[in-house]
Amino acid sequence: MKYVDEFRTPELIGKAGDEIRRLADPNRHYRIMEVCGGHTHAIYRFGLKDLLPDNVELIHGPGCPVCVLPMGRIDDGLSLAAQPNFIFAAFGDMMRVPGTHGSPLEYKARGMDVRIVYSPADALKLARNNPEKHVMFFAIGFETTAPSTALTLMRAKAEGLHNFSAFCNHVTIIPAIRAILDSPDMRLDGFVGPGHVSTVIGCRPYDWIAKDEGKPVVVSGFEPLDILQSIMMLLRQLRKGEAKVENQYKRVVPWEGNRAALRAMGEVFELRPYFEWRGLGFISQSALKIRASYAEWDSEQRFSVPGVRVTDPKAAQCGEVLKGVLKPAQCKLFGRECTPEQPVGALMVSSEGSCAAYYNYEHRKPVTIANAAAN
Amino acid sequence: MCLAIPGRIVELDAQNSNQALVDVVGVRRKVDLGLLQDEPPVPGDWVLIHVGFAMSKISEVDALDQMRTLTMLGEAEAAMQEVRGYGLEHEEQGSPGQRLKQ
Repeated sequence: MKYVDEFRTPELIGKAGDEIRRLADPNRHYRIMEVCGGHTHAIYRFGLKDLLPDNVELIHGPGCPVCVLPMGRIDDGLSLAAQPNFIFAAFGDMMRVPGTHGSPLEYKARGMDVRIVYSPADALKLARNNPEKHVMFFAIGFETTAPSTALTLMRAKAEGLHNFSAFCNHVTIIPAIRAILDSPDMRLDGFVGPGHVSTVIGCRPYDWIAKDEGKPVVVSGFEPLDILQSIMMLLRQLRKGEAKVENQYKRVVPWEGNRAALRAMGEVFELRPYFEWRGLGFISQSALKIRASYAEWDSEQRFSVPGVRVTDPKAAQCGEVLKGVLKPAQCKLFGRECTPEQPVGALMVSSEGSCAAYYNYEHRKPVTIANAAAN
Repeated sequence: MCLAIPGRIVELDAQNSNQALVDVVGVRRKVDLGLLQDEPPVPGDWVLIHVGFAMSKISEVDALDQMRTLTMLGEAEAAMQEVRGYGLEHEEQGSPGQRLKQ
């Protein structure tokens, strides 16, 4: 009964499960992708899969920034930071992500100056406090975090702070969804749209998924009831043969997004012609690079980057799991060579990674609201 | 990293209009307001914070909901660690990286 008491409205959760059963056509199999890793985490943590009928299947999407980053970019960042008088600054999520010769944390153990920051603004402060060193911020994230990196670079330029740069790995969610829809082995019926990315980009960028691809999208919050309600909204549309974009998370997501954040991104970033994603390969115009007007604060324009391309460890099937083709436990390394304590692949590192979520909540199977109710 | 942490604006920074002091469950830290320049918050307003930047204004009810969601997700401690880690003030306490935990 572990999580039952934590729900504000356990009876509503049960009702939502009943309604989903009622809405789902028993002669159909539904494949719904939750795009965002935060949703994947919530789905496992709350045991929501146990509330769904067998013919409503959730497929985990690519919305976990450290998961989709190919290993070569980590190697590139670490090799830059191996220069004398360099500080490698990154969010905590990055610290245990394996590169070819170890994670940032392992490089730190070997003597590299590696710092955890909680905000790009803190990396900027490190640069102010260490004028004799160069601080490189290893920037990752979708549109949720990209505006903060943009503003930080604007502040660095305004201040004339020259010992600071960002190694930009920001990616954008829409091309990744397009790549998934274009892949021949993937059949999907609808999308639970990302919550916090949408606070920045709003709901309009998903229009084409409904109009051109005929698939419904519901932007969703992160509470159990939010996610179940979003699945209900998707099933209602599918039942009526509709495909439109709806916003379940109105209390946080404005339809138009955050214009100030979009302006900051437009000032500092432009689209890369292409970028490599783990599992999805090269996707055109799917990532951000720093504009020439900010070249001095761009690690890639300022320093020479090796441009490393490496494949993942052969036995690890991160790519297949990322694409939703394999479930985490179907990977040969899952739970044996690859665990949250000793991750081989990035999906086991971040709490937003589907392997870590599956390992922590499904593999070890705690009592959830759903299976507690059955007892 | 994609955590959205609710906080209440305590006071705007008189020296730096881009910053404000926020209260997150009793912990006070400076956050950057640059992404809310189209609708600047005032003391008493609730905001969602991502990586040290206030990203959107929300209601008090939604702020409490969000904190509960973080608790249910088992992310409340990580969120508080993140907030405590914001190093925009306290220059004398050294750099944020010195708090690196292994």
